[in-house]
Amino acid sequence: MTVVAPPGKLTRQRVLELASERFPAATILVRPNSVPCLLVEAAHLIDVMQFLRDDPALDFKSLSDLAGVDLLKWPGEKKGEFLHSELMVVYQLHSLNHRHHATVKVILKRDTATVPSVAGLWPVAGWFEREAFDLYGITFSGHADLRRLLTPEDWTGFPLRKDYAYPESYGGVALKREGQHFDAGPYA
Amino acid sequence: MTIVAESPDGELMTLNMGPHHPSTHGVLRLIVECDGEVVTSCQPDIGYLHRSIEKIGEYLEFPQFVPYTDRVDYVCAMNANLAWCVAAEALYAMDPASVIKIPERAEWIRILVAELNRISSHLVAVGALAMDMGAYTPFLHAIALRELINDLFESICGARLTYNYVTIGGVANDLPAGIEPRIAAALDQIEREMRGFNKLITGNTIFRDRLAGTATISAADAVAWGLVGPNLRGSGVDFDLRRDEPYGFYDRVEFAVPVGDAFAGANGRVGDAFDRYIVRLLEILESTRICRQALKHLPPAAPKAADLVGGWQADVKAALRKPPKGEVHHRTEMPRGETGYYLISDGSKIPYRIRIRTGSFTAVAIIPKLAPGLMLADIVAVIGSLDIVLPEVDR
Repeated sequence: MTVVAPPGKLTRQRVLELASERFPAATILVRPNSVPCLLVEAAHLIDVMQFLRDDPALDFKSLSDLAGVDLLKWPGEKKGEFLHSELMVVYQLHSLNHRHHATVKVILKRDTATVPSVAGLWPVAGWFEREAFDLYGITFSGHADLRRLLTPEDWTGFPLRKDYAYPESYGGVALKREGQHFDAGPYA
Repeated sequence: MTIVAESPDGELMTLNMGPHHPSTHGVLRLIVECDGEVVTSCQPDIGYLHRSIEKIGEYLEFPQFVPYTDRVDYVCAMNANLAWCVAAEALYAMDPASVIKIPERAEWIRILVAELNRISSHLVAVGALAMDMGAYTPFLHAIALRELINDLFESICGARLTYNYVTIGGVANDLPAGIEPRIAAALDQIEREMRGFNKLITGNTIFRDRLAGTATISAADAVAWGLVGPNLRGSGVDFDLRRDEPYGFYDRVEFAVPVGDAFAGANGRVGDAFDRYIVRLLEILESTRICRQALKHLPPAAPKAADLVGGWQADVKAALRKPPKGEVHHRTEMPRGETGYYLISDGSKIPYRIRIRTGSFTAVAIIPKLAPGLMLADIVAVIGSLDIVLPEVDR
């Protein structure tokens, strides 16, 4: 079965160029062995996302994925690339009409870790953001119902952070047996 | 039909459906507020099956993660294996020096087992929906048909539910001798018995009218709320990753992509529960078509596993030692829709970050939007028609 690209399909690079021409604060990040992505400051995120969703040539009506990432253990790279001790939110956008894709990234300071919610643009983001809040401790400002999603409400800590320590007990129940050793993992 | 809930004194009753409830398809708790029989709000409470598979993946080498993907979705574990393996292969392929060349026979075997598993997964979905609606017999027919496929998988890889069969670079072992005629016979039997299944339940007026116009999702809502797979196509959106972003050999097979078309007749609407049901039934038939094509194209087995035509497992020892430092977002079409793997690698043998976006997750997320105004019993129809599998929601 041959797939015919729709006439409106743009390359990832072209999509990002259109966005960064419109918003100088959004820069195109090209890294080896990765698709190019748009690096946006949290303050401009909503404007850029609104443009990506509503511009007829871009038409990103679908938010495929929203992922939190902890850069704490990311191996050193030359300046200008990802920095240590920060968190990142990665948005994967898709246009069903034009069949093109875009990746948008926001880098957050670890101590504040706040980014505007895009749930007003894509309702699906509501739960994605609750999951990232639950597992990474990223606050999505403007989110109507930012509660823990997968872990219990009274859980402490953010399990997917690289410096997460497995709790000794939960609700009075010991989670570690005597003498049990938890491997701190490859990044300890 | 939408009924506006109004109560003279404004008093509402809070009901807990689940976490142990036969119609919630796993451990899902729904906090339902209702006024008599009419639902005013419904909040899903998930996480009962949360094992943090994403975190576990950050401790394991790439090939070691395959058995965990079985547990991401055990109703279609072959597809779950495949989704991880093609995503990992896509990561290796980001660096031209470490592209993994998969033998042709392995590619066809992958399509064969993935589509067989899609059939068995959809059989569970349509059977369970009928059971949720009070028709128990069709469920047993569907499960009996699924047993045919489980038996085939047992012959192929030794397991009936969690297969650990698809590997990075191919499949774990070649098909056993003489399995092809058995698969062809099973496909014939499935097609024949699905006609009986349709006579039994699909054409049933009570069943059809029960689902017609229930929990209708417009195409725009389906896209905005991130529905994928049969739920998205049930709303009339013509999108299938197998056809539109083909991976493996899916660009070499012919199949139609069924979309919702108000199948229930006069009372039906595009995107109602009945459309989602019919889309799954039609996909079963399309998957049998794909399986037959895969059987036809399957090259004869070669003595060497790494043979580029007749082999079943690429020689990945060298390549798997070190993936490129980079990242990839790869989407595959599972029976419950798009599964996106977002993989970040720091160049070591162990992934830095694995993010799994599954179809059922967004299907549960849309329930609070669908529920208000529905009758309480329709909540069961909503869950059944969205085909939710809870381990996939919680991971």
